[in-house]
Amino acid sequence: MKKGIIILLEDLQELTRFTIDFFRQISKAPFEAKEFFKQSYFLGYNTLPLIAITAFILGLVITLQSRPVLVDFSAESLLPSMVSVSIVREIGPVVTALICAGKMGSGIGAELGSMKVTEQIDAMEVSGTNPMKYLVGSRVLATTFMLPILIFFADGIAFFGSFIAVNIHSSISPTLFLTDAFASLHFFDVIPATIKTFFFGFAIGIISCYKGYHSEAGTESVGKAANSAVVMSSVAIFIIDLIAVQLQQTFGFIKF
Amino acid sequence: MLKDKKNKEEIIDIKHLRKTFGDNKVLDDLNLTIHKGENVAIIGQSGIGKSVLIKCLVRLLEPNTGEIKIFNQNITPIHHDELDTIRRRIGFLFQGGALYDSMTVRENLEFPLRRNSKGMTKEEIEELIIDSLENVGLKEAINHLPNELSGGMKKRVALARTLILKPDIILYDEPTTGLDPITSKEISELIVKIQNKYNTTSIIITHDVNCVKIAANTIHVLRDGYISDSGTYEELIKKDDPWIQQFFT
Repeated sequence: MKKGIIILLEDLQELTRFTIDFFRQISKAPFEAKEFFKQSYFLGYNTLPLIAITAFILGLVITLQSRPVLVDFSAESLLPSMVSVSIVREIGPVVTALICAGKMGSGIGAELGSMKVTEQIDAMEVSGTNPMKYLVGSRVLATTFMLPILIFFADGIAFFGSFIAVNIHSSISPTLFLTDAFASLHFFDVIPATIKTFFFGFAIGIISCYKGYHSEAGTESVGKAANSAVVMSSVAIFIIDLIAVQLQQTFGFIKF
Repeated sequence: MLKDKKNKEEIIDIKHLRKTFGDNKVLDDLNLTIHKGENVAIIGQSGIGKSVLIKCLVRLLEPNTGEIKIFNQNITPIHHDELDTIRRRIGFLFQGGALYDSMTVRENLEFPLRRNSKGMTKEEIEELIIDSLENVGLKEAINHLPNELSGGMKKRVALARTLILKPDIILYDEPTTGLDPITSKEISELIVKIQNKYNTTSIIITHDVNCVKIAANTIHVLRDGYISDSGTYEELIKKDDPWIQQFFT
């Protein structure tokens, strides 16, 4: 137990150093724009189909599950509003981030892990290319900026799923559904939810890169790196979410 | 041989190098001088610290103490930006080739060029890639991915990538390990060909006696963390030392 805590603390210390180094490297010119756009396209585009399917099912299921309760209270008309608030505020960002942690995190962890094991990172370093900037910088920035975009898409697709679910039992036009859904949404819901998605993306990127970059020799360690990248990123997402909710409730943010 | 060396420029000068991993002392008070144009082989038992030594030369591993002078500059205290300038003049052939597996052979060779030779035209880059691949006899593999190449071909492509920046020093980490005797001989001859063509200085880490025989003009024996014996192949085989005798037979 004591040993486990020491290992965890040492890991966090190394992760902090790694994060500081990341900021130090990306603040220096030149910016790896080409690699950043390549990774953004690769990570974003490849994750989009998975996000689309899960978001559609998510919207559908939430609506179908919530409907009986609202029907009991004769408040079925509140279904679009309730679903939109829960998707935009909480479920959309968290579920999408968790899927991205699985898809992107394992991909980055395994890729960098395998590059480390086969000395590709060392080869890059000795040829005068800074791998921290080229590999880590571009991937962390890509996940940080792609996650909010993916979550935006996911929310939209979940709305569509919800619209379909509402229309299974009753009939509502898309315009009325969207009017109801957006009527109950405020900037107070959207802005904090959007801000935290950048942190989700950053956590996925930095943890996955850290795990891959520090994987030990041997093929087994590549699997371990990918696995722990997903686990640690998922835990980090919940911790960030908890902090975000606490901050939102403590400071109230600016109500628009 | 000594007289020859005195006239040549010292290109690598290592003094009192020490490297430990925890309690494990790998390099201890190691001193070594290498002159321009030399092909040096470093031999020793597995796990004795040969690869650690060449990784310290490019600071992939940080030495604990000691001085490493390359091109008359002590590289141990310098900042990474300054170190990168020196690294660009040093080629490193990794044991497994370390080819970027998501890139084709062309892209593997293009990568260091694009990163280090800004302002080169597409035609100039293409010409250098073809030239480097011709040097290693693998022009036809230009559009292949590393996983489509054999072990020997990977080593040759890696060598072409190392050569593309026209380094002054090339560090070979076990260049013939895992290869059949014929391919090993080809790689060893290629090392000599490159040295003759570009007048590079080479350090070869190897266990392969034939590679040492073909490619090295000076051999250093690494034992207990320091260079215990040095000389040409002919000089070393005459030594009474049982380990050296065993190695060469």
